[in-house]
Parts: sequence; structure tokens; C-alpha cells
Amino acid sequence: MLHGGHLLSVLIFFPAVGALALMLLRGDDHKFIRSIAMIVSTAEFLFSLILLRGVPVGATGYQLEEFAKWISAPPINYHLGVDGISMFLVLLTTFLTPISVLASWSSIQNRVKEFFVMLLLLEVGVVGVFFSLDLFLFFLFWEVMLIPMALLIGIWGHERRVYAAVKFVLYTMTGSILMLVGIIWLYNATGTFDLPAIQQTLANGLLVLAPRTEMLLFLAFFLAFAIKVPLFPLHTWLPDAHVEAPTAGSVMLAGVLLKLGTYGMMRFCLPLFPEASHRAARWVAVLAIIGIIYGALVSMVQPNLKKLVAYSSVSHLGFVVLGIFAFHNISMQGAVYQMLAHGISTGALFLLVGMLYDRRHTFEISEFGGLSTPMPKLAAFFLFVALSSLGLPMLNGFVGEFLILLGTYQRHWGWASWAALGVILSACYLLWSYQRVFFGEITVEKNRTLPDASAREKWILATMAVVTLWMGIGSVFITRRTAAATQTVMDQVEPQRAYEARARSRTKPLTKTDSSQSSRTISIERLGIR
Amino acid sequence: MLPRAIDIQRVLPELIWCGFGVLLMLVQPFVRNRHFLSFLALLGSLAGTAASVFALIHGGPGFYGLVQSDSFSFFFRLLVGTVAFLVLLAAGPYLDRERLPIPEFYALLFFATAGMGVLASAQELLTAFIGLEMSSISSYILAGYRRDSLKSSESAMKYFLLGSFATAFFLYGIALVYGATGTTMLDKMAGADTTSTLLKLGLAMILIGLGFKVAAAPFQVWTPDVYEGAPTPVTALFSAGPKAAAFALLLRIFATVPAATKFWFWAFWMLAVLTMFVGNLGALVQTNIKRLLAYSSIAHAGYILVAFAAVTTMTSNSDVGAAPAYAAVLFYLLSYALVKLGAFTVVSQLGGAGEKNLSLDDYAGLSQRQPFVAAMLSVYLLSLLGLPVTAGFFGKFYIFKAAVNSHLLWLAVLMAINSVIGAYYYLRVIVVMYMREPSAEAAALAPVQFPVGVNLALLITFAGTILFGVYPNPVINFILQPNLLGH
Repeated sequence: MLHGGHLLSVLIFFPAVGALALMLLRGDDHKFIRSIAMIVSTAEFLFSLILLRGVPVGATGYQLEEFAKWISAPPINYHLGVDGISMFLVLLTTFLTPISVLASWSSIQNRVKEFFVMLLLLEVGVVGVFFSLDLFLFFLFWEVMLIPMALLIGIWGHERRVYAAVKFVLYTMTGSILMLVGIIWLYNATGTFDLPAIQQTLANGLLVLAPRTEMLLFLAFFLAFAIKVPLFPLHTWLPDAHVEAPTAGSVMLAGVLLKLGTYGMMRFCLPLFPEASHRAARWVAVLAIIGIIYGALVSMVQPNLKKLVAYSSVSHLGFVVLGIFAFHNISMQGAVYQMLAHGISTGALFLLVGMLYDRRHTFEISEFGGLSTPMPKLAAFFLFVALSSLGLPMLNGFVGEFLILLGTYQRHWGWASWAALGVILSACYLLWSYQRVFFGEITVEKNRTLPDASAREKWILATMAVVTLWMGIGSVFITRRTAAATQTVMDQVEPQRAYEARARSRTKPLTKTDSSQSSRTISIERLGIR
Repeated sequence: MLPRAIDIQRVLPELIWCGFGVLLMLVQPFVRNRHFLSFLALLGSLAGTAASVFALIHGGPGFYGLVQSDSFSFFFRLLVGTVAFLVLLAAGPYLDRERLPIPEFYALLFFATAGMGVLASAQELLTAFIGLEMSSISSYILAGYRRDSLKSSESAMKYFLLGSFATAFFLYGIALVYGATGTTMLDKMAGADTTSTLLKLGLAMILIGLGFKVAAAPFQVWTPDVYEGAPTPVTALFSAGPKAAAFALLLRIFATVPAATKFWFWAFWMLAVLTMFVGNLGALVQTNIKRLLAYSSIAHAGYILVAFAAVTTMTSNSDVGAAPAYAAVLFYLLSYALVKLGAFTVVSQLGGAGEKNLSLDDYAGLSQRQPFVAAMLSVYLLSLLGLPVTAGFFGKFYIFKAAVNSHLLWLAVLMAINSVIGAYYYLRVIVVMYMREPSAEAAALAPVQFPVGVNLALLITFAGTILFGVYPNPVINFILQPNLLGH
């Protein structure tokens, strides 16, 4: 079980070492600082590729586990592990970090060292969240990640950066503190913070949560994740944070941080509280669908290009939540895929918007127009990314949305049809905004002489484009590796089915039935809340 | 009748602190060397703190049960001794800067510390009263130590008037409890009639007296003014030492008098909620950093009171022991003392001569003027906020755990809400330091020099904050031992 060496720890703390080295650096040579950050983040990405070998295709359960005792009372362990879902999310993180470094190459000019330190620390937090198998450890990384992100927005952002940063922290914190209460409550019921152990206890029926208790616990976790996603109507921090964040901040925020919410739902809400998830599914789906359509409609009328992309995230993440709460293996796979695809294509959109901003220092669509004449290459990349984001077949966005709709349709055709509206709307707002920005007459004289993509920008965009295309064509590479993990989630959320399947094949004896522990029911009445 | 040697050993830390206080007063007419006096004081605080180990080894009831030298009092002696040491380190340069006399300050600090030690180890109410008075009276004088400053005098006056009122309540409470039970020994009250109105009244009075000391709402009104007016090292002492000692006495009363735990639950529930909200909402609108930290310390008293509410239900509910809640209080007090000392030490240095630069505006752009100081203060603030990898996080975590353990879910949720409100004003300071451009005056402020003593104090508090935030095991294992309170 524990033969993975320390790859996961290395992946978590390598950027921290890089950040520390940068911090101790005395000089103020910007180029040198950037290069160090670039080397560290690229090396981290290359390291993380080893995960692809570490997680065998089709393997269930967690791989490359690491386990060490940490705190004696209450028993908190340093428990790491990875499965198909978290592996790709980590890969996405480690891929987007060097891209972000590269994107900040010339746009960040003050407090350069601190900027890259924060970026690397952010990576530490995010990777830590994905690898944590101990609820306490998970919470720790979840909170730690907040500060670098808030500082990225608050120091290097645009005009209303302080407001956006504080709003971001307060929103996230509200959810996460309640999640902490939930985590402690769960610990009280099970006596452990260890995720697999808790799952085992719940799956074996050693602990049965009373419906109301389960629902409250579910909500404590769900609220934290829903704020992060963000699910309508908790999304109001997102446009502010995105618009005010520097480009790299937006890329990391949209590309990775939002996925922490959906990842949390998949990893904690569904497996730990299956009954409550089922009961809540209808309401969650309604909120997700509202989010899909509302986000798309708001995008449509946005005069601010960056806000448009931000609201499109609300819409796209609505798809992910819908896919998760449709409880179908295909839609679950679609959700994972959409998380990755959205990370790439929305990340690329933010990069492009940032490049436009570097040239004109504005996000107003009305300030642009006819940009394809001075900068044809940038225009071509933008079109490519927009098409992938709106779900053109052969590109990455399509696979995720298609799988989600396919799976959801089999569960509930009404949800799928409403959600499909979002696909159409996304084509509308993306193409319309594209037309307004890049086609037509040049209305602002300054735009005539704007430079096209520089070599650095071309490299960034070409990399993103290649990944986009590859994810659109070679999607099997990813789905093959996530299938087992999503199936595990499905088995946990629909234990009835899993039980029947096990009953049909009675080849394996049930694992470890602990006779000393009798089944106990924790009810809210017994807990006697005051 | 002379006391037995073993009795002396069991109060040795207090004796040493008092002794050094007297010694400092005696040598001060003959010694002009400030360094020597500082050295003597540091030596004294360390000797007293080291003697608490000795008192633990020879533990047990002293003076026929008036004091109890056990692991519990050891923990608090260590805590107040460390607090005194750190305050001494930071106070030397401060007193030099403000041109204030040194020996009296040190002596008063020693008497206050000895009082806190007595308070933490007392097992008899009148002994506790003596401890309370020793620490209070020294505190009143220390608060007004900057005689030429109007604010400092106001601070001392307010503290004195309200404080003596509260002490009177405490004393009256003792009288009533004595009337009800016929004893002032805590361990003899175990079998007292829990329905006696006189006892309840007495306990309520004691609670009011101690509520004042720990700045629990509605007895908190003095806190912001006193904290603001007192010399900043003294403020650091107030926020860490007397509070911990008063909480220690409360805990000991809880642990030994079952009548108290039964009766106090709702009182603590309401005190906790009120204190959290008053502290946090009050802090939201502060523009003076000392006042802000004062309100924050009210809020933190509220968090600790949450653990107290948990203690009450745990002891009355026998299937879960109260140990986790005790541990929560103790750990919180430790982490809180370290962090608050660190924060106030930074504030004291940045204040400049005459403590002029205390407004939040003066902190604008600090991250560029003094990046290390800004980073350090940020860590303290984040610890107060309760973010992971700091001691404050584990403190808050253990309190949450105690509350959920006792099924006080509503209290836990209210505390969670308060943590978020708290996040706003702590972040505001960080925002000012890192994200706001300094005004012309703030930009003109020269970087403040940090003397060796201050740096050492900051290093210790900072290291403690991070160390206990990553590896709290040694402390937790110590305070979770079954015979924490020796009986």
C-alpha cells in the first residue's frame, strides 16, 4: 500500500522550496527571479508527469499513498494519495503554473520577487488539497491557499483590487469555517479524520447517520464547495476577483481554484453523504441550470471582456456541477473532463484578454473592434480558443459538455434539455464578442498600430492550442484513466447498486467485518444540539 | 510558626519573582547602570520560571491546601513567566526611548507576575483574592506609568476604578460562598448543596469579578481605553498574563466545584456569544491599531468562553471527559499569549517616541519600508485570525472541537461567523500594509530600528507561533495528561 516513495510530498513541497529560495534571494534582478520561477514550475510539471506512470489505468482506490502520524490528539495523520481524478487536476495545476509565470513575464514590474513567491505558494496549496486524504490536512491546505491568492489579487490587481481581494477571502472563509465545524462533527461521529477510514465506516454500515444529521453535514461541506465553484447564487465574488486579478491570477483562479469546489463535491459530498446528496440533487441541479443559463445571459450583455469570460466560467462550472449531481458514470466522467477542459480553454481566454490588456490597458469591448487587421495571429488564437470554449467538436470543450449532457439525459431529460440551452448561448456570447472585438471597422485610432503576438506570447498560446486540440482528439487518454475513479465515486454514492453488484459476484468475501463495533446510529436528537 | 520547607518549594516561583522585585527596588538607589538592572530582571524572570519546574517536581498541596502545585499551575507559571520574560525584553528599549525609570517598572512587573502565579495555583478563594490583588494593583500602576501622558493617566484611573469595583464583587462573592458552604477551600466545596441560592449568588459574583479581569462582555468597557492608554509593553502584558491567570482560576473552580459547572452553563453560553460579537463588531470600526487589538482581545476572550461553555456540559455529562475542553483553553491561552505579545511588541516599536504612530494610516506601505516587520506582523494577525500553520489555528480548532464534542453546535456556528467577521479587520491591517500606498506623512517615516532585545522577543514569539502551528504535540500531550489538576 505504501510503496509510492515520496513523490506526492515532493510534488507538494518542491514549489515551496523554490518559493523559499526566491524569498531568501537578496538581489532584485527581475530576469533572474523570473527564470528561477520558470525553472521551478517547469520542473514541477515534469515531475508531475511521473504520476501518469504511478497511477495504473483502471486501478481503483488511491495510489502512491503516503502515511505518517502527525498530531497525537486528536489523531491527525499526514495521509496523501492520488487517483485518476486528482492526478489530472494536479497535472492541470502544474501545467498552468509555468504558463502563468510566462504570462507574467513582462506585465508584472513591481515587487516581482513577491509575485512569483506567491504564485509558487499558491501551487503548494492547490496540489496539497488535491493529494490530501486526511480531512484535517485537506482543510489546512484549503485555507493556506487563500492568502497567496488574495495577495495576488490585492497587490498586483487592477483598480478595485483591494475590494475584490477582501471579498474573495471573506466569501471563501465563510464556507470553509463552517466546513471545519462539519469536519469536526464527522470526526466526533467516526473518531478519525482519515478519509478512506471514514468511507469504510460508512460503507460497511458501522455508522449510519440519521437523515437530518447527514443533511446538515452535507450542507456544511457543500456550502464551502459551492462558494468556491461558484454555484449560483453564491457567485458574486467571482466577477470581481477575476476582473481585478492580474492575468496570472485569473488563469490560476479560473483554471484551478474553481475546480477545487467541484473536486470537493466529488471527493467528499457524494461519497460521504450519499443519501443527502440524492435528496439535495434536485435542488443542486436546479441551481446549476440557473447558473448555466444566467451566467451565459450575463456574459452576453457584458461590456467588459474579462467579466464576460468570468461569467462564462459560472456557466461552464454549472455544467460540471450538473454532471456530478446527475449520478451517472458518463456525466461524472464528463464533469471531470469539463473541469480539465475549462481549465485549459478559459485559462487561454484569460491569457488572451490579458494580452489585449497589456496593449491597450482596458477591458472594454467598445474600445476594441477590427483588431484582426493589426494582429491576425492573436485573432486566430482567440478564435480557436473561443471555439473550444463554446464546445466545437474536435476541441476539448465539446467532449466534456457532450458527456455531461449524455449522462444527464439518461437520468433526467428535462435537466439535459435546459442545460443544452447553455451550449447554444455560449456560442452566442463568444462569437458575438469575438465579432465585436476582432471584426468590423477599427473605431479607435490607437488600435491600428497594435503589435501582434510576440514570440513569448506565441509560445504560450501555441502550447495551449496544442493541448486544446489534443484533448479534443485524444480524449480517451484521459477518460480511460479517470473511469475507475469516477466509477468508485458512483459506487459510493449509489451503494445500493454497488451492493447488488457485489451480491451478484460473491467471489470475494466482504472486507474485514469488525464484530467488535456494532452498528450505531448517530441521530441529531442524541447529539442534542443546543 | 515557620512554614515547612516543602511549602516553600511549592510556591518557589512566586517567591523568586517577589524577591527579585524587592531586590530591584533595593539596589536601584545605588546602581545607575540600566543594563545591569535589565540583566538582573531578566535573570529573575528566568529563575522564577525555572523554579516552576522545581515546584512541579515537588508538587502537591502547599500551606495546608491553600495552593496546589500541579501540572496545571506549572503550565500557567511557565506561561506567565515567559510572558514576563518577553515583556522585559521588549520593555527595556521602550523605557529607554520614552525616558521612563526602569527599576520600578521591572519591580511592578515582577509583583504582577507573582500575583498571576498565585492566582493560577491558588486552591483557596482568599489566596486567589490575594493573587488577584497583587496582579491588579501592580497593573493599575503600570497602566499609568507614562505619567506625563494624559491617556496613560486616564487608562490607569479607569482601570483602577472599575477594577476595584470588580474586585469588590469577587470578594463579596467569596463571602457569600463561605456563608453557603462554610469553607473557602475549593476542594472542600465538592459536596456542597448545589441548590443553595446563597452559593449560586456567590458564584455569580465571583464570575463577575473574574469576567472583568478577562474582559468578557458586558464587563469589557474598560478594555479599549486601558489598552490604548497604557504603555504598549504593558498592554502586551495585560492581554496575555492577567487574562491567562484569571482563566486559570476559573478553570480550577470548575474542576473542583461541581456546583459551579451545573450553574454556570447558560451564563457562559451567553457571555461567550456576547463577548465574541462585542469584540468583533467593535474592532471593525477601529482606526487605532492598539484599540483594534484591544477589541480583538475581547473577541478572543469570547472564543475561550466557548470552550468554557463546553467544559460545563462535559463535566456534567459523564460519558465524555472534560479534558479536551481544558486542553482547548490551555492551548488557546498559550498560542494567544505568544501572538498578542508579538503583535504588541511590533506595535510598540513602530509607535516611535511618544507612541505617536499608532493609526492604521501609519502602517500604509509598511511592506515596502520594512518588509520583514510587515511579514512578521502579518503572521501574527493571521494567527489571530486562525489560519493554518500558525498556533492560532490549532487553538481555534481545539475550541471548535470541544464545542462540537459537547454538542454545542449553535455556539460553534456562531463562533464560525465571528471568525469571519474577525477576518475582515485583521485583513484590513494586512491590506493597509501591503496594498495601500502610504500617505505623504507615512512615506516620510524612517524605518524603525529594532534593538536586540526586541528582536529576541519577536524571534521567540514568532518561532512559537509557527512551531505550535505545525507541531503542537508536546504541548497537547502535556495538557491532556489525566492528572493535570493534582487531586
